[in-house]
Amino acid sequence: MKKNEVPQDNEGLQEDKFRDLCYAVDEDGNYVTVHSTGWEPKNEAMKQAWKEVHIKVDEARKEVLNGQKSILAWHMEKNIMALKLLSQYTGIPRRKIKKHLRPEVFEKLEQDVLLKYAEAFNISLTELLDIKQLEKAS
Amino acid sequence: MSAQGKRIGVDFKHYQAAHCENGVTSNLLKHYGINLSEPMVFGLGSGPFFSYMPFYKLNGLPVISFRPYPGFIFNRVTRLLGIRIRRKKFPKDPEAAMKELDATLGRGIPAGCLVGVFHLSYFPEAYRFHFNAHNLVVYEKSGNTYVISDPIMETPVTLTYDELKRVRYAKGTYPPKGRMYYIEKVPEQYDLKKAIIKSLHKTARQMLTIPVPLFGIKGMRYMARKMIKWPVKLGNRRASLYLGQVVRMLEEIGTGGAGFRFLYAAYLQEAARELERPELNELSEQMTAAGDRWREFAIIAGRIFKGRSRAEESYLSASEILLDIANREEKIFRQLLKIK
Repeated sequence: MKKNEVPQDNEGLQEDKFRDLCYAVDEDGNYVTVHSTGWEPKNEAMKQAWKEVHIKVDEARKEVLNGQKSILAWHMEKNIMALKLLSQYTGIPRRKIKKHLRPEVFEKLEQDVLLKYAEAFNISLTELLDIKQLEKAS
Repeated sequence: MSAQGKRIGVDFKHYQAAHCENGVTSNLLKHYGINLSEPMVFGLGSGPFFSYMPFYKLNGLPVISFRPYPGFIFNRVTRLLGIRIRRKKFPKDPEAAMKELDATLGRGIPAGCLVGVFHLSYFPEAYRFHFNAHNLVVYEKSGNTYVISDPIMETPVTLTYDELKRVRYAKGTYPPKGRMYYIEKVPEQYDLKKAIIKSLHKTARQMLTIPVPLFGIKGMRYMARKMIKWPVKLGNRRASLYLGQVVRMLEEIGTGGAGFRFLYAAYLQEAARELERPELNELSEQMTAAGDRWREFAIIAGRIFKGRSRAEESYLSASEILLDIANREEKIFRQLLKIK
């Protein structure tokens, strides 16, 4: 890749927090570093991966609003946490987490269990239980 | 936690890098007066690698990697140069891990830490997946705040005590468990030429001679052959996700472009100067050309995600490019084996 070919396809994925450092050759064939704000194929690959996440979050959102699942299901998808990972973060066994996905079970959970979930998702107890945020998030 | 406002640590010069482990290694070495660039560190550390493990899945996608396991580069470089390092981990005790970090800073030592990026608050959202092999250097603490040199970022960043503790104890695949490492002693002198030659052979061997078809050049050919069948075997949607995974590994995780090929080409150029071996310049050019082919591969893949091209044809051309790259790279690595 030549220095002047380093792509600058900025789609905001880096939120202007940093630019990638790329290695490219200058006019004399020597390697130099050049900043890049993004590259289309890379952007597409990242967007594709997030689209998958968003589809699952939306499915969970509907199931929670229909009363089929507890809000825990939505938080899990939002944090890209499968049963195994959430179990590792909270220390709660997988089969118990599975039960907590049922609304009627989740409703009766003790505060100390809820706090473990809130801690894993890095949110407050109020946010953990706030079902209203799902209604606007369509 | 220490008293508010108290400042411990050391002055540390931050340089941005393409890849985190190269960057941490290069920045730590520079701190101790060993001035090696990112490509030099990457090359000495035998950074180029390839693995395709379709039966080992992460989030339902096969594991594809363009680098050896985390920590490999740092270990390799420090061993080659005769640098004494210390590494510590605290599997069960986050408080102890933080205390040890503070004690290390208190002794004026910048410390490398392994972290997960999911909760890394200064990272852009789009980069925050559950990826647990990110490296950074902590070099200062003021009150409750740590000052950090994260090689991916352009300038130093900060994290609070709780934020840093959280990312040092990320869970999932390859959990960091509070791992930290630092340089204890650097030698008065070291033989860079000898180290370069050793590293060239090591890199060539790991790309050419692992007797399992999942790794190195063989792994690239294996993936190229399988790729043609992805749309039929997995369906278009999953096939495109598989391809997306390849492109993300190739470009997203700080590879300097084209799955580290340009970084390695830059290394070969530096090696040519150090060893006064002009033939390495030629190999560097060939590696650049291979990198450019990887970029063509990514462009075709990008069109597939966007649904802009006929899938089967595109997988075939992607696979052909990959086979061509494998041939080109095999030639380069065979040449590297002959450098004496």
